[in-house]
Amino acid sequence: MSTLVSVLAPPANASIPLGDIPALVFPALGDTLVMVGIVMAIVVVVGIPLGAIVHNLAPGGLFESRVPHTVLSWVVSIGRSLPFLILMAAIVPFTRFITGTNIGIPAAVVPMSIAGIAFFTRIVENSLRSVPPSLTRVARASGASPVQIIRTAQLGEAVPSIIGGLTINTIAMIEYSAIAGTIGAGGIGYVAVTYGYERFDNGVMLATIIILVALVALVQFIGDTLVRLTTPQATRPNFFSRRVLTTTNSGDH
Amino acid sequence: MIRIEQLTKVFGHGAEQTLVLDRLDFSVEAREIFAVVGPSGAGKSTLAQCVSLLERPTSGSVVVNGENLSRLTERQLRVARRRIGTIFQADGLFARRTAAANIALPLEYLGVTRSETKRRVGELLDRMGLSEKANRFPHQLSGGQRQRVGIARALALRPTVLLSDEATSGLDPEATASIIALLKELRDELDLSILFITHEMDTVLQVADSVARLDHGHIVESGRLVDLLSDPASPLGRSLQPRRTHQRPSLGSRVWHVTYGSSPVPTDWVTRLSTQLGSRVSLLGASIERVRESTVGHATVAIDDDNLTRVSAVLMGLGLHSRREGDAATIRLEDVA
Repeated sequence: MSTLVSVLAPPANASIPLGDIPALVFPALGDTLVMVGIVMAIVVVVGIPLGAIVHNLAPGGLFESRVPHTVLSWVVSIGRSLPFLILMAAIVPFTRFITGTNIGIPAAVVPMSIAGIAFFTRIVENSLRSVPPSLTRVARASGASPVQIIRTAQLGEAVPSIIGGLTINTIAMIEYSAIAGTIGAGGIGYVAVTYGYERFDNGVMLATIIILVALVALVQFIGDTLVRLTTPQATRPNFFSRRVLTTTNSGDH
Repeated sequence: MIRIEQLTKVFGHGAEQTLVLDRLDFSVEAREIFAVVGPSGAGKSTLAQCVSLLERPTSGSVVVNGENLSRLTERQLRVARRRIGTIFQADGLFARRTAAANIALPLEYLGVTRSETKRRVGELLDRMGLSEKANRFPHQLSGGQRQRVGIARALALRPTVLLSDEATSGLDPEATASIIALLKELRDELDLSILFITHEMDTVLQVADSVARLDHGHIVESGRLVDLLSDPASPLGRSLQPRRTHQRPSLGSRVWHVTYGSSPVPTDWVTRLSTQLGSRVSLLGASIERVRESTVGHATVAIDDDNLTRVSAVLMGLGLHSRREGDAATIRLEDVA
């Protein structure tokens, strides 16, 4: 799909006619969705176990162990501390080793996944930290194996919080996809940068802004809805706690 | 039945070692509720963790129905834990699971089939009087109901030993009373040995058959609840049923503190005392109650009689330990008998 962008690319400094904007912008949106979708799938599959491992290697965790925890935590921190553009450039040899190329969507997925995993690991770790540790004791005393404990007493109870983090992470990945556009990965952010920013094409710029705002708002809405559906206190009518009532019907109060 | 033998727990290494539990010895028979009380920092929660096998003792053993559970591998321990049901403090429920799903947890961990789980959970909900609340989430239940769910969960795998770790702490008195009544019923129905760990003296008085007081990792005093209460020299007995402020005596009379002994005390002992001494007896303060089928209590009286030996002899005849205010020694029933 990224080839479409180059086919449609006009001569420099010429504005795209309004009628052609959808043909330019929608395929780019498709690229963005594909890129972010693949990345988020990888991020969830790797980030959740990794976050759970980091959490349980920490003091008070199920397999408390100082050295592995410090090492893993440092690795994650390094992934978190590099600006995405630098990270992407720095790991080009690794990207080429994995995908055989250093341009296009496959090449963008590698650095985005690495940055996303590091981000999400911290989010999962933080979500698990907010689950009462007493539940881990309850599960252990009820005869749960370590995997059962992590699944039910830690991740299971942190679901709304993890979904909230996943929403933030997805939006961050949409942002990263624009930066990844600079290595020819395409996508809506790339269109915004090349047409709107570099060629001062206000029509394209405006179209991409509207689409990005709508996309982020949609992701946020889906995330918020899922958080509400997975939080028992927010979905069921509650007669014991005023606080919950006021947060669910905040518009009416 | 559960037996704790020479249970010792040391935290830390080298110079920073702290001895949290020091050679504890006690046992809880079937159909017995054994309470462990003590101030915070006494080692109660460490004891609970050792009994529920979440912590390995440094030395000593936890023996359930004759089997020593403290020498098992981690995998065997996981199985052994199922023989001990633990009721946690009120925050022990999973917030995202319904009452029924919380009770099902231990069965789920064990890999019990879905239909069998459903049957057992239904049975337990019914026994706890919570059938209507099966699909409620913890935040939709009252404190007492939440704790009933906790008890049902602890009983899911039919344990013989129930460990209650501050299970009534934070509940209002009404909920506490209903939980205690439930525990007593269950003890009798299921022949449970219940180890009841708490810091609430009041609750102990209502629930326990035997009590031990833990302080700085040692059991400083223990015995049958009734024996402790009828022993005026027992600090634990005194703290379980504390003497409150009494009225002032009239001028010229002497104040006596009496404690109900283990033999029955006539209910009209004040009148009898007055008749036998031929002098006025005023009741200044008293706390008397029925505990585990015995009457226990203490009273403070003012007596217009200066004869120490005569008064104490009459009191003794009525089954009361006595001490005259201002005197150091308590005249105990056993001293003469």
